[in-house]
Amino acid sequence: MGALLSFFVVIVLVLLALAGIKGAGLYVLFGTVIPYAAVATFILGVILRVIKWSRSPVPFHIPTTCGQEKSLPWIKYSKLESPAGTLGVIGRMALEVLLFRSLFRNLKTELRNDGPRLAYGSNKWLWLGGLAFHWSMLIVIIRHLRFFTHPVPFLVKIIDSLDGFLQIGAPHLMITGVVLLLALTYLFLRRVFIPQVRYISLPADYLPLFLLMGIATSGILMRYFFKVDIIKVKELTLGLASLNPGIPSGIGVIFYIHLFLISSLFAYFPFSKLMHMGGVFSSVLQETWPITAV
Amino acid sequence: MEVPVEFKPGTFCYGTRPKYLEEVGLPNPREWSPLDEDWKLPADWKDTVLAGIGERLKKNRAFHLFMDICVRCGACADKCHFFIGSGDPKNMPVLRAELMRSVYRKYFSTGGKLFGNLAGARELTFEVFKEWWYYFYQCTECRRCSVFCPYGIDTAEITMMARELFNLLGCNTDWIAGPVANCYRKGNHLGLEPHTITSNIEFMLDDIEEITGIKIEPTFNRKGAEILFVTPSGDLFGDPGTYTCMGYLMLFHELGLDYTWSTYASEGGNFGFFTSMEMAKRLNYKIYAEAKRLGVKWILGGECGHMWRVVHQYMDTWNGPADFLEEPVSPITGTKFENAKTTKMVHIAEFTADLIKHGKLKLDPSRNDHLKVTYHDSCNTSRGMGILEEPRYIINNSCNNFHEMHEDTIREKTFCCGSGTGLNAGENMELRMRGGLPRANAVKHVRDKHGVNMLANICAIDRATLSALMQYWVPDVEVSGVHELLGNALVMTGREGERD
Repeated sequence: MGALLSFFVVIVLVLLALAGIKGAGLYVLFGTVIPYAAVATFILGVILRVIKWSRSPVPFHIPTTCGQEKSLPWIKYSKLESPAGTLGVIGRMALEVLLFRSLFRNLKTELRNDGPRLAYGSNKWLWLGGLAFHWSMLIVIIRHLRFFTHPVPFLVKIIDSLDGFLQIGAPHLMITGVVLLLALTYLFLRRVFIPQVRYISLPADYLPLFLLMGIATSGILMRYFFKVDIIKVKELTLGLASLNPGIPSGIGVIFYIHLFLISSLFAYFPFSKLMHMGGVFSSVLQETWPITAV
Repeated sequence: MEVPVEFKPGTFCYGTRPKYLEEVGLPNPREWSPLDEDWKLPADWKDTVLAGIGERLKKNRAFHLFMDICVRCGACADKCHFFIGSGDPKNMPVLRAELMRSVYRKYFSTGGKLFGNLAGARELTFEVFKEWWYYFYQCTECRRCSVFCPYGIDTAEITMMARELFNLLGCNTDWIAGPVANCYRKGNHLGLEPHTITSNIEFMLDDIEEITGIKIEPTFNRKGAEILFVTPSGDLFGDPGTYTCMGYLMLFHELGLDYTWSTYASEGGNFGFFTSMEMAKRLNYKIYAEAKRLGVKWILGGECGHMWRVVHQYMDTWNGPADFLEEPVSPITGTKFENAKTTKMVHIAEFTADLIKHGKLKLDPSRNDHLKVTYHDSCNTSRGMGILEEPRYIINNSCNNFHEMHEDTIREKTFCCGSGTGLNAGENMELRMRGGLPRANAVKHVRDKHGVNMLANICAIDRATLSALMQYWVPDVEVSGVHELLGNALVMTGREGERD
């Protein structure tokens, strides 16, 4: 139900862009006004939310520790799981934010009926899928900086060529684009097929997935199939970035669909669970900081 | 969440009697039962709850973040002992939190206000309030789920907030409110008066003298002692806690420790912690107050679980700084307990492990040869501070047969006894046995594999509740505190050689 509804919302967004451009020719609306409004909503919304969080104090140092604390000198303590100094805290936080340490720990617990008996097994799929999605997303975003910068920074160029190093087809196939779409598909399918996860999933869980899938799909279509005039696209995006917007004629509608879906995601971001991006630092910091380091 | 809540017999505790609330000045004391149609809430109960949520969002960043950032990935779902044991989907930590998040969205978030149901928001109704009550008294704040959460979302803290809200309306359970009132008036959960405390300990001393031939004479409320000893009152009252207590008495006597008991600060545990932060602070206050009155240098604490979470992670903020005390130093070994330098309170497992390491105790582990021991990490000592190695070190020096349970059920991944946070009542026994299933199952495994017959732990609630759990699931396994095992093995000076 939630999945269908969210899917429908994304379809409507695509149709809106299609109708707006093809039917009504609202190039300025979809190419300038909406992107600016979305980015403004994003920036303002995120800032306001973070300010709201930071206004609440942290009265207690109550992290969940996951290892031996530093106590007697001859007992080896767990520097990363129960850190006693700032360095350990930074380490624990980095492991969590960059490598999803807690998800790596994930287990599968099954109640077997011969007993009853409980069986435990390793379960790293969510960790792998989550990591694949987030890292490829980050690289895709960095890659896209070439549309907003002139000259393109060296780092962006490097990442761009590394990402396409397989040199399949022309233009070169970008690995992260494929990984991104596969990871999103996995994250979607597990919501549908794992009964517990299906039970807890809300429309608000499917919507970001479909939005991102729509963005990735339209991007891939644009790059490899319905090719658009890349020089003109860059003219438009560079115009947006330099606050000197213009609408070059002759960019295919697929670009505007891509842009509108991204705008929707940006505008939706501060009101959604995607704010975990902003919250994770505060939350993880709080949950990693042990009292002995205060 | 559309499934209406059903109060199944054996899975919930009685509502509190009015007298307990009156004794500590909590609102809305009245006769009521969770099964009543009418809970006799004040007419403006809804405003009270919503204002209560708003206030807590402003007071506690963790709560605010946890309301906003969950992505419902489901990693926590099968980590909760109550979900594993009951199969009730609302016992998945994520859904337990969603019970409250849905209301948060409706009244405190833009998305929820705009899109209602679609954004996962719902009205606060009496049905919802009842559902909260039912499920937030099916969480033992064990924090196992938070170990697996990529954002460290700590369901315990959400449960604490929910229980604070219930207490704004006089909806505590009888089993929690009773000990709170007792502790407030008499200094301990069981309501033991000073003469009962001393006579209970005298009983133990008689037993020790009968077995060892050694007469021990501890002191009570003695000014000028070096150390104040505080332990959960469960150790003074019921088996097998009393055996653990005898272990403490024998150990301190053998060391010639300059310590004293208090008949006022006679409770290490804190059921106020399961009521509200304010109540926990009020009940905790007596420990420092008594240490100051007696003029001791530092405080030694007995084997307890949530007591150590409170001492380690809350006490300093509530009742500190304890600048009238000194940084704890073991008078026997000279070891400084660095991790206790702000709270001035040392866990006895650390104290004893240090003694053994320095060769200050003569132990004969063969006296425990009739036991095959496994060790249960308490939720709070493992995930709330990380006392993992010390108790194992004591056990390994006191016993010859020690076997760990499955690695996914110990240390930071330990399972709750199923009865923590004041759920250790009698009327919710089915819930307790279901929630304790994962723990019992891991014990059963080592029983079958290694013939384990003793489940050791360092928590007074465990000693009280695991006995019942073992009787139900693994009947031939008994329960003991770590210092009971130490007491068995301790070779005391005097007529001690003859004991076997």
